[in-house]
Amino acid sequence: MSVVTFPKSPVQTEMTPVFEVSCTVKRNDPVNGEYRQLVLYAPQSILDCAPGQFFHLLCPITEQLQPFLRRPMSIYGFYPEKGELHFLYKVTGEGTSALATLTAGQSLNVLGPLGHGFDILPDWQNLLLVARGVGLATLAPLALQAHRLGRNLTAICSARSEDMLMSLDYFRDLGAEIIPITDDNGSSDMANLRHIIEAKIADTGIDAMYTCGSNRILKLLQTLGEIHNIPGQIALEQQMACGIGMCQCCVRAFRRDGKTVNERVCREGPVFDLQEAIGW
Amino acid sequence: MVDLTTQIGSLTLKNPIMPASGTFSEELAQLFDLECLGAHVTKTITREKRSGNPTPRVCEVRGSMLNSIGIPSKGLDAFKANVIPFYERYSAPLIVSISAGSADEFASLCEDISVPGVAAIEVNISCPNIEEDGKAFAMRPSTTYAVMQKLRQATDLPLWAKLTPNTGETTEVAKAAEEAGADALVVSNTLLAMAIDIHTRRPKLGNLMGGLSGPAFKPIALRMAYQCAKSVNIPVIGCGGISTVEDVIEYLIAGAVAVQIGTATFLEPKIMVRMIDGLDAYLKSQGFQTVGQLVGSVEDEEASDGLVFMEAAP
Repeated sequence: MSVVTFPKSPVQTEMTPVFEVSCTVKRNDPVNGEYRQLVLYAPQSILDCAPGQFFHLLCPITEQLQPFLRRPMSIYGFYPEKGELHFLYKVTGEGTSALATLTAGQSLNVLGPLGHGFDILPDWQNLLLVARGVGLATLAPLALQAHRLGRNLTAICSARSEDMLMSLDYFRDLGAEIIPITDDNGSSDMANLRHIIEAKIADTGIDAMYTCGSNRILKLLQTLGEIHNIPGQIALEQQMACGIGMCQCCVRAFRRDGKTVNERVCREGPVFDLQEAIGW
Repeated sequence: MVDLTTQIGSLTLKNPIMPASGTFSEELAQLFDLECLGAHVTKTITREKRSGNPTPRVCEVRGSMLNSIGIPSKGLDAFKANVIPFYERYSAPLIVSISAGSADEFASLCEDISVPGVAAIEVNISCPNIEEDGKAFAMRPSTTYAVMQKLRQATDLPLWAKLTPNTGETTEVAKAAEEAGADALVVSNTLLAMAIDIHTRRPKLGNLMGGLSGPAFKPIALRMAYQCAKSVNIPVIGCGGISTVEDVIEYLIAGAVAVQIGTATFLEPKIMVRMIDGLDAYLKSQGFQTVGQLVGSVEDEEASDGLVFMEAAP
């Protein structure tokens, strides 16, 4: 099935340390109507992260909100030089509502870094990132890593409307070429997205594609990846309990060597080969 | 110095804290040195490879969680090749949890897993997700006795029977397991439960129903551990909703000689380490020299058997 063989970077071993630490909140501010950015002061030990990895957050308990399990959250930014760990999240349920109550000076218990992140192989010069909504948060540290490695990055950012487009400045500051598309002006439909990507392939070429958060975008990139023989990766989600690989709760099905296999999103993922992923 | 060792049949554990099956694996070594635990208990395996239940496999309810994982297993051969060798680096005894669909398959797996490196076998005769009709062996004394007797003939290793709370015959099942040759009882597995999303009207678990675990379940499992400890002469290992050192102490007072920690590890991966330290501090502060002095020290002398073994809420 897979047209591109994908060399995976080494999976974590049993002895790669994972840390459970309390971090102090630096700020926790709204970004737009739906999203908030949480900035934590973090010890160096937990900032040796890879883009696409996540932390498992023990959300605070309040009078109204009593989340029980930890909540997995992809890293929005990690900055060892300033000792900060950033998350971008949408307030949707009990866990994220509880997170939204955090204020500067309070502490948050985090477990991580966890999982297998994005790969940028040495010969991948021209990278394409396509994401929608909060998927952009997951792909943001990939842009940072591409910048640090001196790779060319094109970021196609999709949202319902202009004002819901997040992180454009973030990507722009990292030297990425930004292509915003929205539902409001019709530019986000799959035919147009395909046209944009194929033009890019014809122009400079694309060595690898990355995505997160949209089933339709996944299917389009799988099609284009097969036609043009371009590898890719996708970050996926699943309900989790332990977050470190013990409980087997967070499995998803993948296509591999003609068979369907279950992999743990927390352990073998959350980043997986694009062609092996199965839509939802 | 307080003596934290505890005896489970022929096995001596350096302390009474161990993980519950399914909430522990090699990956936890990334967080702390697993050597400190009283024992290591692996996730239930079956002989064949199994993929497990549909997702979502987990959801939370107030103060607890439900799971319907369904015993995904890489199979016996992969377990022997990969998992048992990993634990050889530790002196803590390795307890292997097994399951099967029939008593004969159970016994044959039990025989084949009785290999060097395995200190005891925990037989999961209680998992509520597996049996076709939802009825586990340990729901009834007769089926418990039948499967335990075959298991007993299949191995010379210590056999720990993991009981289910989904029964109205707690002490009868416990006695049946003892009579058929169990060396210890683990009390208990999760309680069959359900949650529905009121917006989509869909059950929150892919398998519709699943096992309740966590603090909300603790009083139920504690009651069962107490009843079992009162009704059998083999050791009882308490399991169910233990999330603080106070919970550990409560189970020991109720009569458990050791405890298993499950769901709490999902929230605090290093909780078992803290419990060992906390138990040591508690025993010191209370003037106990050994854990054994605490075990079964519940003040219930006046209670009649009718009270101790009741199966209905008064």
